[in-house]
Order: sequence, then C-alpha cells, then structure tokens
Amino acid sequence: MALVATQDTSAGKQVYTKWCAGCHGDNGAGDGPAARHMIPPPRDFTGAVYQIRSTANGQLPTDADLLRSIDEGLPGTAMPGWKNRLSDRQRRDVLAYIKTFSTFFADTTQRPQVLEFGKEPGGGTGAEALRVGRQFYDSIGCRKCHGDQGRGDGPSAPTLKDDAGHPIFAANLHENWRFNGGPTTTDIYHRLRTGLDGTPMPSFSDLIDQKFLTETELWRLAEYVRSLSPGEPPVVRDVIHAPLVTRVLPRAPDDSAWNAVDTYWFPLVGQVIHKNRWFAPAVTGVWVKAVHTRDSIALRVTWDDRSASPDSAWLGHLGRVLATVQSDDSTREQPALWPDQMVVEFPVTIPTGMERPYFLMGSSSGPVYQWRWTSASRSAAVAGLARGIERFDSLPRGGVGARAVYDHGQWRVVFTRALASLDTASQLPFRSGRAIPVAFFALDGSNGEHGTRMAVSTWYFLALDEPVPARVFISPVLAMLLTLGLGMLVVWRAQQKTSYRRQQ
Amino acid sequence: MNGRILSVVGGMFLLTVCSKGDQGNAAAAPAAPPAPAAPATSDPSADGGTITGKIKFTGTAAKNPTIDMSEEAACKAKYPSPPTEEVVVAGAANALANVFVYVSAGLPANAKYQAPSTAVVLDQNGCRYHPHVLGIMVGQNLEIKNSDPLLHNIKAIAKKNRGFNVSQPNAGMTRDVTFSAPEVMVNLECNVHGWMHAYAGVRPDPFFAVSGADGSFSIKGLPPGTYTVEAWHERFGTQTATVTIAGTESKTANFTFAAH
Repeated sequence: MALVATQDTSAGKQVYTKWCAGCHGDNGAGDGPAARHMIPPPRDFTGAVYQIRSTANGQLPTDADLLRSIDEGLPGTAMPGWKNRLSDRQRRDVLAYIKTFSTFFADTTQRPQVLEFGKEPGGGTGAEALRVGRQFYDSIGCRKCHGDQGRGDGPSAPTLKDDAGHPIFAANLHENWRFNGGPTTTDIYHRLRTGLDGTPMPSFSDLIDQKFLTETELWRLAEYVRSLSPGEPPVVRDVIHAPLVTRVLPRAPDDSAWNAVDTYWFPLVGQVIHKNRWFAPAVTGVWVKAVHTRDSIALRVTWDDRSASPDSAWLGHLGRVLATVQSDDSTREQPALWPDQMVVEFPVTIPTGMERPYFLMGSSSGPVYQWRWTSASRSAAVAGLARGIERFDSLPRGGVGARAVYDHGQWRVVFTRALASLDTASQLPFRSGRAIPVAFFALDGSNGEHGTRMAVSTWYFLALDEPVPARVFISPVLAMLLTLGLGMLVVWRAQQKTSYRRQQ
Repeated sequence: MNGRILSVVGGMFLLTVCSKGDQGNAAAAPAAPPAPAAPATSDPSADGGTITGKIKFTGTAAKNPTIDMSEEAACKAKYPSPPTEEVVVAGAANALANVFVYVSAGLPANAKYQAPSTAVVLDQNGCRYHPHVLGIMVGQNLEIKNSDPLLHNIKAIAKKNRGFNVSQPNAGMTRDVTFSAPEVMVNLECNVHGWMHAYAGVRPDPFFAVSGADGSFSIKGLPPGTYTVEAWHERFGTQTATVTIAGTESKTANFTFAAH
C-alpha cells in the first residue's frame, strides 16, 4: 500500500503545477515562463536525461538520485532545494509525477543500475596524491575544457553546448560550492564515473574498465579537483580592513606585498531590477584586498572570468547566450566584442548616519562615486559620478590608477588613488577610522554583458585601519605584571600570617 | 482511494501497452496471445528487388569551414593541408555524398529483421569521424574507437534512444553501443573538438544506404511492394520518393537537393 501511495501522480501534479511549472513548464518540457531568462535552462523532463545520477552514463536515474536533486537543489543553477519547503510526501509525489513526462520511465527494458563506486582510498590529501591527480588532469584531457588552472577557460570552453544547443560553461573547479552535483571529493568522483548527461561532461568509467586507469588514480584526480577549492566555502565578512603599510603602495596586481593582506569575498548576483534585467551573470563573486599608506590607497579586486574579453573565440558562445536568454523588450541583439568591466562604487561623501545612496548606481538626486575599469584600456580607470544605471559622468582629474593582469581565467586589477581629494564635492576623501560603503559590479563581455546586463553586489564597507600605537600592546602587559605582583604580595603576606599563627 | 489508485495503475498499464503497440509489437500485451512470429528474415533475400540511384544538388553549396587544429598537433600532423568540415561533401557534377537513404514506409507491419552480428565501426581519427554518416540496425553493435592519442568524448544526442557521453582519452580505446529504437538521425559529436559531428541512422530493417563520393547508393533485397524512400542530408534536409518493386528487378530513385 505504501509503495502504491507514493505513485499518486495526481497529488504530484498539484505540487508540480504550483511550485515547478513556472520554470519547467506545464508539460515538463523545461519551457515555463521563467525559462527564457536562465542559463542553464530548467531541465526538460520529456527526454529523461539527468545530470546527477548514481547510474551509468546514458541510463535513467534512480528515484533516490532524483529525490536528491529535488531535496538539495542544484548549486550553481536556479534550482533551489525543496527539503525545507515541501513535505516528504509532497516531494515523493512530485517525483512520481515528473517521471510521467517521459516514456522511458515506463519502459521496463530500462533498468538503471547503481554503479559500484567503492570508497575513497586513504592518503588523498598529501602532496604526492595531488601530484598524481594533477598528472591525470593533464593526461586525460580535463584541461581541454576546464583549463590549465581549472577555471573553465580551456581551449574548447567557448564551443560548449548542452544537448539542446544552449550555451554551457565548463565548471570553474575553484568554486566547488557551485558544483551541480555537490562539493565533496566523493561527489566529484561520482561525476567522473557517471558523467553529467545532457552536458559535454563525459563519463570516465571506461578508463577503469579498460585498464587505462585504476580506481585509485581516478580518486586522486577527484582529490586534486577538490583541492582547487577552499576547504570551506567563502564566508561574507562585511568590512574590508585596509591596513596601513609603511613601504611603497603595491600598485602591481602580483606585488608580493599583497600576500600578507587579508582577502574578503563578496557574492555578486544578476542585475534584475532595471530593464534589461540579467539573470545569467558570468561573474559570481569578487575577492578583495586593500591597503593604504599615509597618502594613498590601493584596492585589489580579483575575479574569475573564463574569457579575456573581447575575444573572438567566444563569439559563438555569445551568440548562443543572446539566442537563449530573452531580453525584456524582446529584441534580439547582435553579438559584439564587448569588453570585461569592473566598477567599484562608493558614496560621494562618507555618510554620517545609516543612510547610504541607492546601491544600484545611485539616483538622479543621490549620485554615487565610481571607479570604472574595462579590459579595452587595461591600465586605466575612469572616476566619475553615476546618477542611476543609465547615467555616468566621468570627472576631470579623476586621479584613479589601474593595473590589470589576466591569468588563466582570472582578472586581478589594482585601483589606486590619493586618500585626499581635490574636489571633495564629488570625489570621496578617504579617511581612516570610518566605515566607508563600497559595492562592486562586474561585466563579462563575452557573456553578452554590457549596459544593464551585469552582476551586482550590495553595499559592504571599507575601513582604513590606523596603526595600533605601541602603548596598546604594552599597557596590558604592564597591567598583568602589576596584578601578578600585587597578587603575589597578598599571598606572601597571608603565608607570613599563617606561619606566624602556627608558630604560636 | 483504492479505486483511484487502481485507475491510475490501470492507466499506466494501458499506456505501456499502447506505447508497445506503436512499435508494432503486440507481444507486450499479456492478456492477448502473442502474435504469430514473423518469418525470420535475418538477411535481406538475395533475390529481392533493388533500388539504386544518384544523389546530386543544384546551386552552390557554402564552403565547408576549415578546421583549426592548432590545439591538437597529433591530429594536425595527419593532414598535408588544413582539413575542412564535411557538411557538404560533393563529387563530380554536384554529386552529393553522405546522404542517408532508407525505406521509411511500405514494409510488412509484422516483419522482423535480425541485426547482423558484425559491428559498424566509427573511428575517431585525425580529429574527424570515419564515416561521417552511417546506417545501423536496432540492436546492432556500433564499435566506437579512438585512433588519436588524445581525448575525445563521444556523445550521442537522441530522442527515441538513450543518449550517452563517454570519454576516450587514449588511442586504442573502444566502446560498443547499441540502439534500442529506430531513429533518423542520432547525432554524434565530440565536445572537445566542436567541429566533430557524425550522424547515425538507426533502422529496424536492413534497407538503407549512405551515398558514396559519386552520389550513388544501392538498397538490395527488397521484397515486392510499394515503398516510400527517404533521403536525408544534414544541411539540405529530406526528400522522399515512392518506388514499387515487383520482383527481382532494379528500380531507380534519383534525388536532387537544392543547395542553401
């Protein structure tokens, strides 16, 4: 009875219509009203082709596989997890209903079999294990798509399409928290064995079956891929601390002085407020470091970008993006060689209260002060005032310097400026000891991003730290020593009295 | 409650039966006695009729794109000059190669044909597929092999069959696959090398052919009947012709595509 009850597809249909059809479409073809805004697009259930499985390549997923995707969602995509939004019963019902969209699930000759994955062998985190993993990363061709450093910028990356011809990125292996099938070494190993059906990612199981690779060696590869991402996903800390440095300001992106400076990560999301909205941003976060000297500030922004735009190799991808994503005014743009862009935004003056200008490029009555860099003129940045998303007026004598490096799928750009400002009415003077609002905007030209199509952050803060005076360190020590001395004195006196009484 | 469940289960059962019925196999319905087995014509009869023809195109075909193999020195070295894609492979006098020609209708509904035990071979060599277009029977082995010392993934995009996507990073790797349902065409591609495309016509019978460099094709061993013959080309689309075979005669069906 219980088994039959879980197959109640009419209940599943109700759940589906309410929660799933908006993206996946009434008939499960992945063509709901929201679908045309997404990359990757929602799953088309009619083909029964699923990325995340425990079964061999080309086979149907098990119910447990499908339930996992429903429960946990698919990180890095628009698919959220439903474990805490729908009841167990609802999730099982909708799972049964989703399977009715394809005749493959009713075909009794299709018998998915769960692969024997085995357990991760020991010793996987040592240098030798990672060296072995890296060796196979190169020799079996991972780098062709995922790139030499794993940022999804390999030579084949610009040509990648899914089964339906939609553009698809090779995963950036430095962001395991965005892996569709999960972040762990075991998850990675399973994806290597099963492949991600419907995408360009193939199964590598044949290598083991035909004795070109041992299971341990494939585990080593999974361990190497895992090692490219941080141990834990980055956590947002609201305030960028810019320490005072006494030596010369590090203006080069790869100046060794940056190594000693704390990094702060900020997530970016698509700009979905102003038309044309953008739901498919390529840049998903920025890593920021800042330092200052007595008279200047340097801010280094690092972000992963598969293409140093403009790059004609990516024109095909760009065309597919524009063909897949519907613009708000339903016009279809022609691909062009747009550059990459980075915008660092501040208020015009440091706010005294809680009020800050509108984060999304200010407004006509409340402008914001911005530094704008583009890959078209790599070693320059323009300072100016934005008065809303469509209006930017550059300032004469902006005084902002920029130096950029593009390295294996990553931009590193250092912005520099004097702390003081000649024109305090429009150019923020930087002061220490104050929390200065700051926000970031990134555009990947090869992903069709220009104008309002961009990735945005909210306001965070920048704090120029004062050097801590020596007395701050010495006073506590002195206080401790004094307390210790007094305490010992008290004890000594007490002992004196005790021994005096005993003697009596 | 029970009634509703039963009706759902019953409905699914009916659906299963119907979908089986579409494939012309009544044996899936357990309530009915199995249909009498069709004569086991494992091979097309040697003395059947033949359809031959020549395929050509009119107009001017767009030039095939030249392939940039600079990323793959081992493939590049196999060509004296940069090779091109094989979208339109033309012979003398606009003869058109790589057209998949097959009998799309007219065979007896209950005819069953045994897949040959020999495999069709698809070779990845010089970062191109050989052959570019192939025909294969349902259940027949397709042996996919890699003759290049570098990574190819071979991906099948299908609707009626299960697709697949497996990697072959080493020379000498092979993979056997079979298709379970007729489908014209199953697309085969390599995602590492975006120019690599091949097409497989999957048929339940052996009455198909792929046009050669001179545009000619020949389908042998057809029993008497009136057939719809379809010709498929990856760029120029499809064309059909009706051919009636009375005995062991040979009939001609020429196709002319318009280049676009």
